[in-house]
Amino acid sequence: MTAKLSGDHLTLFRGDRCLFKGLRFALNPGELLLLEGPNGSGKTSLLRAIAGLLELESGTVRWNDIPMHRDRLALQNAMVWMSHKVGLKGDLTLVENLRYEAALRPQAEVEFASVLKKLGLNRLTRLPVRSLSAGQQRRVALARLLLSSAMVWLMDEPTANLDSEGRKLVAAVVQGHLANGGMAIIAAHQDFEVDMPVQRISLQ
Amino acid sequence: MTSQDQALPDLLSGPKALIVRDALLALKRPGDVLNPLFFFAMVAALFPLAVGPSEEQLQLIGPGVLWVAALLAMLLSLNSLFLADYEDGSLEQMLVSPVPLPALALAKSAAHWLSSGLPLVLVTPVIAMTYQISLSVTGILMLTLLLGTISLSLLGSVGAALTVGLHRGTALLSLLILPLAMPVLIFGARTVSLVAAGDGVAGGLYFLGAYVFLMLSVAPFATATALRISNE
Amino acid sequence: MWKFVHKLASPPHFYHIAANLISWFAMPGLLLIGYGTYAGLFVAPPDYQQGDAFRIIYVHVPAAYLSMMAYMAMAISAGIGLIWRIKLAHAVAAAVAPLGAWFTFLALATGSIWGRPMWGTWWEWGDPRLTSELVLLFLYFGYMALRNAIDSTSKADRASAVLALVGAVNVPIIHFSVEWWSSLHQGPTLVRQGGPAMDTAMLYPLLAMILGFTFIFGALLLRRVRAEVLYRERRKRWVRDLILSGKGKR
Repeated sequence: MTAKLSGDHLTLFRGDRCLFKGLRFALNPGELLLLEGPNGSGKTSLLRAIAGLLELESGTVRWNDIPMHRDRLALQNAMVWMSHKVGLKGDLTLVENLRYEAALRPQAEVEFASVLKKLGLNRLTRLPVRSLSAGQQRRVALARLLLSSAMVWLMDEPTANLDSEGRKLVAAVVQGHLANGGMAIIAAHQDFEVDMPVQRISLQ
Repeated sequence: MTSQDQALPDLLSGPKALIVRDALLALKRPGDVLNPLFFFAMVAALFPLAVGPSEEQLQLIGPGVLWVAALLAMLLSLNSLFLADYEDGSLEQMLVSPVPLPALALAKSAAHWLSSGLPLVLVTPVIAMTYQISLSVTGILMLTLLLGTISLSLLGSVGAALTVGLHRGTALLSLLILPLAMPVLIFGARTVSLVAAGDGVAGGLYFLGAYVFLMLSVAPFATATALRISNE
Repeated sequence: MWKFVHKLASPPHFYHIAANLISWFAMPGLLLIGYGTYAGLFVAPPDYQQGDAFRIIYVHVPAAYLSMMAYMAMAISAGIGLIWRIKLAHAVAAAVAPLGAWFTFLALATGSIWGRPMWGTWWEWGDPRLTSELVLLFLYFGYMALRNAIDSTSKADRASAVLALVGAVNVPIIHFSVEWWSSLHQGPTLVRQGGPAMDTAMLYPLLAMILGFTFIFGALLLRRVRAEVLYRERRKRWVRDLILSGKGKR
C-alpha cells in the first residue's frame, strides 16, 4: 500500500473570522504541497491543524485513509514538524539536543556525523545551542528532519532567517526527501523554489 | 526511505530521555533548583522571627510551618515547569511526537520532583533541627514530605499545564492548585503533629500513599489534555 | 436517542425550550420556599438545645447542599462538553459556576451566623463542614479565574473543563480530609440509620426548602444558560433574526 495524506472539508475559524472553508488536499509519496498567502491568512494554522496541534472547526485529516482522530499516533509516527520556534534547548549542546530528540521519534538509518556535515554543523557540536546564530539553529532543526525516518515533513517558513545559501540548502534537502519517496507540506511566505512540480494552496 | 511503520524502540525511551534532558538542564542552571530551596529555608526562618523564639511554641508549629513552606516552594518551581518548553517550541515537539503524551507528562512531573521535591526532603532535617524537632519526628516529617511532594509534583503539573502561556499565570496557578492541595497539606502536617504528640502515624501515611497512586492515575492524563489545549 | 440529544443540544432549540421550562421550575420553587419559610419560622417548634437559632438551617442546609450539587453539575457538564464536544454543555458549565459560588457564599454566611450563638464566634475552624465550604468557594474562584484568564471561548471551555474534572475527583477527598482533621464534629442530622432524628414538624419545612431551592436553582440556571447561549451565538443568524423580530425580550 502506498502512503497517502489527505484532508477534506477543512474549515477553521479564528475568533469569528473564517480562515478557510471546505479546503481539501491529497498528497502522495514524492509530492510537495505549498501553502501560500500573506501573513495572517491561516497558512500556519492549517499546518498546525494537519500536525494535530490545532482543532479544526470541521473536516478530517486522513493518513492512509484513516481519520486522524481515530489513530493519532499513526500519523505522528510518520510525521515530523518544523515550526518557526526551533524547539531546541539553548543550554544544551547540539548533540545533547539531538540525542534527546532521537528518543522522541523513529530514527532513520543514517550516519549522525554525515548529516551534520551535510548541513555544515559538524564544527559546532560542542557549543551550547544558545551561542549559534538564528540561521545555524534553523539548520539544526533541519538535522532533526534528516535524522528522523518520518515520511511526512511539515515545515512552517523553513527559509526564514536564512541567507540565499541556506535557502538553497533547504530546497536541496526537501528535494532529496521527495526523491526518496517522502512528502512535504510547506507554508511559505515567499516563493519556495524547487525544480519540480508542486501543488499549491493559496489562502487569502 | 525506511518503512513508515517503523515503531519506536520502546515506550520508555522517550520519557527516560526527557528526564535525562531536564536533569541536565537543572545541572546547567543550578539556580533553578536552589532558589526554591532558599525560599523554603527563608519562609521557615520567618516564623520564629514573627512568632517568637519560644522552644515549646516552635516545636508545636514546626511541622505545620515546614509543610506550608514546602508547599509554597513547590508552587514556586511549578510555575516554570512547562514555561521554557512552551516558549522555545520543544513542548510542541513533544505534542507531535509519537510518544504518548501522558507518558511525557509523567516524565516532566518526575523530573520536577527530582529537581524540586527531593531536594526539599533532603534539606528538611537541617531546618527541622532549628525548630528543635526531635529526630524521630523529623523522620516522619521527611516521610510525609516525600510522599506529599510526589503528589504535589503530579497535581501541580496539571495546573502548570493549564496556565502555561497565560499572562499573570503565577497568581492563577496558586489559585488553582492551593485548594486542591489542601488534603495533602492536612494529612502531611497533621500526621507529623500527631506523632509529635505521641499518636500513631499509619492512617495519615496510608492516605498520603493512596493519594500518590490516585494522582499517578489522574494527573498525567489531565496534564496531557491541558497541554494540548494550552498550546493551541 | 442520539438524535434527540443533539436536537436538544442545538442552541436555538434549547433557547426556546428553556424559555418555557423556566416557569415550570420557578413556580413550584416559589411555592415550596413560601411554605418552607412559613412553616420553618412559625410552625416548627424551637430546638430544645439551640432555641430559635436553629431556624437558619432552613437556608443553610439547602444552600450547602446546592453548593456541592452545583460543583458536580459543573464537572459533569464540563466533562460532557470535553468528551463529546457539545457546546451547550460548556455553556451550562460556564453558567453554573457563578451560581454555585453564590450558593457556597450563602452557605458560608449562614453557617457563620449560625455559629455565632452556637460557638460564640463568627468562624470556627474546628467545624469541618464550614471549612470544606470555604475550600469549595476557592475551587469556584479558581475555576472562574481560569475562565477569565483565557481569551478564546473554546479554549477557556476545555481548559476549565479539565480543571473542573480534576476538582471533582478532589472534592470528596477534601471533604474527607477536612473531616479527619477536625475533632469538633457534629454527626449528620438529617439522614441517620433508622430514620431521621428530627421532629417531623421541623423536617418537612426543611425538605420543602431543599426541594424549593433546587427548583429555583434550576430556574436561575436555565436563565443564565439562555443568556450565555445568546452571547456565545451572537454572530449567528438565528440570534440576529430573534433580535430583529423583537421576540428576544421574553
